[in-house]
Amino acid sequence: MSLAVSVDGLVKRWGTTTVVDDVSFAVPEASLTVLLGPSGCGKSTILRLIAGLEDPTEGRVRIGARDVTRVDASKRGVSMVFQSYALFPHLDVFENVVFGLKVRGVAKAELARRSARAIDMVGLEPYRDRKPSQLSGGQRQRVALARAIVAEQPVCLMDAPLSNLDAKLRATMRDEIRDLQQRLGLTMIYVTHDQTEAMSMADQVVLLREGCIEQIGSPADLYEKPASAFAARFIGLPPMNLLPAGTEGPARMGIRPEHLTLGPEGIAAEVAAVDYLGAETIVRLKTDDTVVMARVQGKTDLVAGTATRLSWRPEDAHFFDESGVRRDGL
Amino acid sequence: MRQDTLRHVYGWLLLTPAAILLVAFTHYPTVATFINSLFSKGNPIRPSRFVGFENYALMMEDPIFWKVLGNNAIFALGTIPTSIALAIVMALFVNSRLPGLGLVRMAYFTPTVLPMIAVANIWLFFYTPGIGLIDQILGLFGLPGHNWLGDPDTVMPAIIVMTIWKEAGFFMIFYLAALQNIPAELREAALLEGASRWTYFRRVLFPLLMPTTLFVLINAVLNSFKLVDHLFVLTKGGPDNASNLLLYYIFETAFSFFDTTYGATLTVVLLLLLAVFALVQFFLLDKRIHYR
Repeated sequence: MSLAVSVDGLVKRWGTTTVVDDVSFAVPEASLTVLLGPSGCGKSTILRLIAGLEDPTEGRVRIGARDVTRVDASKRGVSMVFQSYALFPHLDVFENVVFGLKVRGVAKAELARRSARAIDMVGLEPYRDRKPSQLSGGQRQRVALARAIVAEQPVCLMDAPLSNLDAKLRATMRDEIRDLQQRLGLTMIYVTHDQTEAMSMADQVVLLREGCIEQIGSPADLYEKPASAFAARFIGLPPMNLLPAGTEGPARMGIRPEHLTLGPEGIAAEVAAVDYLGAETIVRLKTDDTVVMARVQGKTDLVAGTATRLSWRPEDAHFFDESGVRRDGL
Repeated sequence: MRQDTLRHVYGWLLLTPAAILLVAFTHYPTVATFINSLFSKGNPIRPSRFVGFENYALMMEDPIFWKVLGNNAIFALGTIPTSIALAIVMALFVNSRLPGLGLVRMAYFTPTVLPMIAVANIWLFFYTPGIGLIDQILGLFGLPGHNWLGDPDTVMPAIIVMTIWKEAGFFMIFYLAALQNIPAELREAALLEGASRWTYFRRVLFPLLMPTTLFVLINAVLNSFKLVDHLFVLTKGGPDNASNLLLYYIFETAFSFFDTTYGATLTVVLLLLLAVFALVQFFLLDKRIHYR
């Protein structure tokens, strides 16, 4: 059982500052939507508005067919994983997981069955009796996941759940969360500032900037057809190169680093630095007016100071006007 | 070898100042008090002599001792649970983010800043028969006044109310500090799971406040035996020992009746009582408390 979520014209103001400014999007059931953006873009606030932890200044929140804008958080049918995990420090793993079931008065047999399944799913069976302080960061994260799973709510909200973990663990947990979401058929809304998480996990990405939606689309859409210069620069590592596009037409032209070819043709450039990363090499080049990054497969013989030329296929170029909005064609 | 000796000397020299203070002002007086309690009261004709536990036997038959012990129990039971409960409620209230709460916080804390003697003077004005604040208010409604401190039935409750007023604000500060260390997400997580405010308090907040409660409880118990300043101003233990407390009785015995050996006997009992309370609280409650 899973339900679609939609928000419509959501606005949140604190005094005179507008944190969320007219945000609308829909999350299809049993899919994973990532709210992506730099810190302070309002993504966490949107999640809290959906959860019911904050009241919107304007707009509505819908879960399934129900308008839940004024419904109490506990009656919205959502579970949530907090950035800090929000585990109860005085309760052991089992008690943390079954806290909500006990509060809601779930019968003993069902409580045992559901908690055993949830704890087993996240692989915490051996740690049932441990307190949060006796667990590692990754294990605490799993307790928080188990608590969300055991609630068996149709919608699961995740507030930057991996931001306190190290890089390696983050990659593992990313896969596990995505796997759980698909296995349980959850509708999941996932907040992060990490583009890797967004690209690898999302069915749909909502890219935010200063409280407004910059672009909505699949990870491939965002990468291949960024709707704005901001989107182009935010997604991709290194980010898309933006070059002045000449005197007529759009103001700027964008090219992904992997679409640049170094060779005898094109505009003149000088190699400024070479970062060898194993499978690829990132070359930083200085042209007449700007600095660009190029991605080269494997190793390169180029060294700093070498003069070279840059070229690209016309179909790989993106164009943006003065305000940064995408322009297709010239 | 010499080096080793030197190191020992050096170590002992460092410890000596603290050791002298501890021995001179804590351990020696305690032991001396106990030894004192084993002697009879001396006078110019009959010098003090060793009587063993005779003073203790006498104490067991002293009706006033049992009276003040009972009073102390009533005083402790009357003040501690109420002031702790009130402290938690006040802390929860001033911990919320409403405008103007800084003033409320200060108001709650004011009684703590006042010396007990000053507090007693203020409350003396409340309780004075006829012209006191309480009687004046009662008079407005045409109700008869009452001699609150002069009536053996009302004197203990009157003193208990005043002590709660004085203590609760002090304990509130500790609870407020503890509450500010509890992350807001815990409350949000609990509410999302469907917990009511009361359930959240009972299952999450109160257990997390237990270390503070233990600390406050030990302090409150010690205070209920230590705090007698107000008796000097308000009642002098009367009427008919109705408001007398153990420590005040010790003071009277030793410095009004000059029976120092019996005073020492009562002091030993007081020390034992306090030690037992502290140990029981520590060992019984400590196991059930979660420390972060």
